[in-house]
Amino acid sequence: MATMPDGTPLRGKLFIVEGIDGSGKSTQLDLLHKWLVSRGYLVAFTEWNSSPVVRQTTKRGKERKLLSSTSFSLIHAADLADRIQHYILPALRAGAIVLADRYIYTAFARDVARGVNRDWVRAIYNFAITPTLALYFRVPLDESLQRILVGRPELKYYEAGQDLGLSEDPYESFRLFQGRILEEYEHIVDEFRLTAVDATQALVQQQARVRKLVLPHLKGARKVDQRPWREVLSKEGLHGRYLNNPGQEES
Amino acid sequence: MTRILFYGSPLPGMAEERLPGKLIVVEGTDGVGRSTQIALLREWLEANGFAATETGFTRSELAAVGLKKAKRGHTMGDLTMNLYYATDFVDRLEKQIIPALRAGFVVITDRYIYSLIARAQVRGVDPTWIRSVLGFALVPDVIFYLKIDVEHLLPRVINSRGFDYWESGTDYLRGDDVYENYVKHQGLLIEQFDALAAEYQFHVVDANRGVPEIFRTLRAGIETVIDDMQIPSETTARRPAARRPRVRKTTAKAAARAAAKAAAKAAATKASPATAALGEPPLAEAPATAAKSGDGVNASSPTAG
Repeated sequence: MATMPDGTPLRGKLFIVEGIDGSGKSTQLDLLHKWLVSRGYLVAFTEWNSSPVVRQTTKRGKERKLLSSTSFSLIHAADLADRIQHYILPALRAGAIVLADRYIYTAFARDVARGVNRDWVRAIYNFAITPTLALYFRVPLDESLQRILVGRPELKYYEAGQDLGLSEDPYESFRLFQGRILEEYEHIVDEFRLTAVDATQALVQQQARVRKLVLPHLKGARKVDQRPWREVLSKEGLHGRYLNNPGQEES
Repeated sequence: MTRILFYGSPLPGMAEERLPGKLIVVEGTDGVGRSTQIALLREWLEANGFAATETGFTRSELAAVGLKKAKRGHTMGDLTMNLYYATDFVDRLEKQIIPALRAGFVVITDRYIYSLIARAQVRGVDPTWIRSVLGFALVPDVIFYLKIDVEHLLPRVINSRGFDYWESGTDYLRGDDVYENYVKHQGLLIEQFDALAAEYQFHVVDANRGVPEIFRTLRAGIETVIDDMQIPSETTARRPAARRPRVRKTTAKAAARAAAKAAAKAAATKASPATAALGEPPLAEAPATAAKSGDGVNASSPTAG
């Protein structure tokens, strides 16, 4: 059950995944998403930093290095607030399953690693819905770094934590920053009783565990037919050539 | 359309009295499944040898881009929004719908003036004003109204686009609760459509059912409408003309025609010459007399009834 901050239960289910970069949480959430859809559930997906009204400002702040640790924290809170109000909460009230790639615990770990006050960052997110199930993908720092840094990708300024001044070298900065985040996550797992998943296991084993953890919470979740026109196509011998973007019509 | 008929002041520049095509309207609230049904119907018509085309809101060459931009800004007032949509509609009527009807197409339109009237009325816009603005609309051959309740609507919306600003009535409802606003706004819209169904002789289709059931109902209705069009013979084996059910003619046009006749008679005998000359129908009375048959067409004068 997902609940409002005041404890009011919501009809839908909120499943969220957390973990440092390279923990493989997005891969597992994507597999979970496909499984739930194939089982006929009504599923809505949302990810960190994706509000249509806030995202551009965050992007601008990152590109132009305009963000302090506090403004970084606040803009991400604004982003989640918008997504909760316009997307997550209405979907939960209608009985849908909502999947969130990163949630408030990302802010608790990352922003504190950036130097903001632990209690303050928890306080600004007091509007957040309590998830039905929060999965933490636990991986040793070296393994995640290896996954991310293979091929030496270009690291972005804030992504590498360069705003903290830990090191001139982006890769070294990234290592130190991710290490700090990992440390914060380990406190958070206990504090908020996140469910840890061993992210060093084979992907298929992890997914089996994820599904097993999710399964008991699915009772009462709303279902929907994903391709309700299928029968018409087969009966009438049609191909669905004009069915390109159902649900995308302009109003 | 066998005979051209307008709801109010005729569209200037229409020379002919008849158009060989058929105008089919699919109405209903946001997310009810109109576009899915239209996609299926269009392909089905073409498979059976009928030239078919479709149009819908914000698809005009003139106003589509600007209207979408204005909606993103969230600052449009009611008057501006109504007139902007009317602009988009008349551009499509003149440049897409009428030319296609002239060429003998079956034109399926996703929404028509009734959506604009419903939206305007939930926002408190003068019902008489909005009807006169849109008086240039052709009376369609049939108006299908996909009628749904909000509870059935919710999963469809979440599964497709999520809760849109305008579709949740955020511009006129108070408070931050998107879910409450959505349920309230869509409930009010559906109430408006239900009232318009009587006023404009909608063919009401239960859209709480599945896509195949709704499709079968629409197909049967369209078969009646296109019954008098020439059917390409041997080449359409799937659904021979003989199998097509013969149902009574759709009511909207017949009623409108009868009412128009009555109004013309009334106008000739007692209406003031000024009104008659302007061709301005007394649409002001339409909402009040919604129960009367033939209301909502240019003949809906109380004197005609």
